[in-house]
Amino acid sequence: MSRRALLVLPALAAGGAGLGFFAMLRGMGTGGYDPRGVPSALLGKAPPEFQLPPLEGAGLPGLALSDLRAPGRPVLVNFFASWCVPCVIEHPQLMRLSRDGVPVFGVGYKDQPADSRRFLERHGNPYARLGVDLPGRAAIDWGLYGVPETYLIDRGGIIRWRWAGPMTEDTLRAELVPLLRRHA
Amino acid sequence: MIPELGHFALALALALSCAQAAFGLVGPWRGMPRLMAATPPLAAGALLATAVAFGCLMWSFGVNDTSVQNVAQNSHSAKPMLYKLTATWGSHEGSMVLWVLILALCGGAVAGFGRDLPSALKARVLAVLGLVGVGFFAFILGTSNPFDRLWPPPPDGQGLNPVLQDPGLAFHPPLLYLGYVGCAVTFAFAVAALIEGRVDAAWGRWVRPWALAAWSFLTLGIALGSWWAYYELGWGGYWFWDPVENASLLPWLAGCALLHSAVVVEKREALKTWTVFLALLAFGLSLLGTFLVRSGVLNSVHSFASDPTRGVFILALLMLYVGGGFALFAWRAAAMTPAGVFAPLSREGGLVLNNLLLCSIAAVVLAGTLYPMFADLLLGQKISVGPPFFNTALLPLAVPLIGAMAVGAVLPWKRARLFPALQRLWWAALGGFAALLLCLALEGARIGPALGFAAGVWVVLGALADVSDRLALFSRPRAALARALALPRSAWGGAVAHAGMGVLILGLAGMGLATDRLALLKPGESAELAGYTWRLDGLESAQGPNFTARRANVTVLDGGRPVVALAPEKRSFPVGRATTTEAAIHTTVLSDLYAVLGDERDGAAVLRLHHNPLAPWIWIGAAIMALGGALSLSDRRVRVAAPAPKAARGGEARA
Repeated sequence: MSRRALLVLPALAAGGAGLGFFAMLRGMGTGGYDPRGVPSALLGKAPPEFQLPPLEGAGLPGLALSDLRAPGRPVLVNFFASWCVPCVIEHPQLMRLSRDGVPVFGVGYKDQPADSRRFLERHGNPYARLGVDLPGRAAIDWGLYGVPETYLIDRGGIIRWRWAGPMTEDTLRAELVPLLRRHA
Repeated sequence: MIPELGHFALALALALSCAQAAFGLVGPWRGMPRLMAATPPLAAGALLATAVAFGCLMWSFGVNDTSVQNVAQNSHSAKPMLYKLTATWGSHEGSMVLWVLILALCGGAVAGFGRDLPSALKARVLAVLGLVGVGFFAFILGTSNPFDRLWPPPPDGQGLNPVLQDPGLAFHPPLLYLGYVGCAVTFAFAVAALIEGRVDAAWGRWVRPWALAAWSFLTLGIALGSWWAYYELGWGGYWFWDPVENASLLPWLAGCALLHSAVVVEKREALKTWTVFLALLAFGLSLLGTFLVRSGVLNSVHSFASDPTRGVFILALLMLYVGGGFALFAWRAAAMTPAGVFAPLSREGGLVLNNLLLCSIAAVVLAGTLYPMFADLLLGQKISVGPPFFNTALLPLAVPLIGAMAVGAVLPWKRARLFPALQRLWWAALGGFAALLLCLALEGARIGPALGFAAGVWVVLGALADVSDRLALFSRPRAALARALALPRSAWGGAVAHAGMGVLILGLAGMGLATDRLALLKPGESAELAGYTWRLDGLESAQGPNFTARRANVTVLDGGRPVVALAPEKRSFPVGRATTTEAAIHTTVLSDLYAVLGDERDGAAVLRLHHNPLAPWIWIGAAIMALGGALSLSDRRVRVAAPAPKAARGGEARA
């Protein structure tokens, strides 16, 4: 390589990196690039062993691994907390899924039972089952990134999808509904 | 009123920078001395205006003026005054104002101290600095105005992230920015040299102090950040290879290479193209860090709240300055021919090796930092590159670098022979080997720390050997003191900085022997670690100025005799709803006893206990390195414009 070509190299490298960064910034706007998306180590595997007590006074059964072993139809497991603002943003989507007949199982993450109850009274209850994980132990085994976080478990009891952060209408349309159809 | 004044001052600084850039470029090009002569006063004016803007922002924080959005979002009346003031640069907008203030300071310093600079070079350097200023003032005014008003004003602010309410972190950004922005000055010199098409010894002499100052501040800034992570995050670690930490390390590596290669330009008029390239690279990497932190393209604890328009704006600036600089480099650099020739084995050859290794290290760190992002973009894969990659990839580069560090310093210029150099270092090698054996004998087959101790001792003794050799300490000890006084400060600075690096390596090696354990203790119970008994005496609640805390009282005993009382805390800040851990650290300089309070359950508390041998040496070493930089900066040859050493001495004799 000639000296001249070598001198051009840094400019080319800088230009290439610039194009890449621009593509990342565009992708952040359109959702094609998400630096905060974290893959779950549990994808393609069965959920970890866990057993959570029910929420007192809510009239819902608790949640354990046995409820997720081969449920026969796809179910969602949603970690939430009353103190989490994005959970409020997500809530209407959960209500809609529940109305459409998708079983949604909830886990109250590090949330006082009285607060969880008030949260469900105010915003409505989308959950068919609800476990209380006050110490956050089950969340550690699931590899929870934060709340809200949602897992899709297929008919055979295998985790197929994980969404960290609030599910919006776009999330439902672009990701979850096609997945539910595929695994139904 | 005051915030509007600040806003106006920022706009004024933008206008002055525009003029500074235009006059500084057109003046030398058209040969108009009056335009050239106008650039230093313009730089002084821009400095004044920026200082007023910064002062106005600080005033708004000082009086907690919540009608300013930035204050409302980042401050609170219950905060101690010091942290009210340091909150000025705690947010994205405020830190950008600090950034431009330091840039304006550098411009003012070039204008004020650069009286001996040829006027054309000076005008062009100021023009490039003005151009950089134009971009960043426009960025602040266009996308991140810190003086935006909020109406109606909220009764009180939302508070600053409590993690940032710490003296270490309060002064970490200013030091780091002094380093980043110092790179802008070497960048300006490089671009000015490319425009002029000439790099000579004088250029090297003007660039080196700036490279030294930037490097010293970066060293301090990075060390302060790492120290803060060590005592505040409570993980007992000091470096996590986080992308943002890497972003600050990259300009440091490039700056370190630059200040070594600038010596070769100054003394031997060789490596010119390479030095110009490094100057462009160092600033490019510091802008890259700014982009990564503020655009939100990467996921890190350090990221500011992100906004795509800001990201695009910074990317445009990055491309303008770095792309522009490299394009100019591609076009003009071929014209530079080296004047001095040298044999591969010589001081110059040693410095070339240093540059190659430092740049290889920078390339590895850059690749490890950017690869996950590009893998995500191009391949759609989520990959994380962590400490195992960096540690294994950097070891084979660090070993020859450390080995050559001591040898290079004792080689003569132009042409050297290896054997006499090694002869001067035999006792350093012996010391290193003894450290290796001693560590293996005391700590068992722990090859990593043992190699680290050997490397550290080798570098420290190598620096001592270099100094004692120059002073002829052993051959002619009588006149050693006189020679010590006559030895240029830059020689002392180099040796001190190398010794500092050795001390830092010893600290790293010591941390390789660190031990820790988790203990669930009830009051009165104790745990054993590193030959000490750690007894939990009790748990209590405490009240701070704007937080409440749980505190554990731990007594550390050595064979029944109390050594020290430790009181680790968990603080919760009601405003901002956050908790921080305050690790309790007792240092004996030779080791740190370190305790962190975790969760409490049924009257028992989870305590994490660490014994960190030589941990403080990491930061002491970094401080010594920066001291070496300062010593070298204080060399009178830096301050006095000396075309040649002889002429300077003649001038002094006449005076």
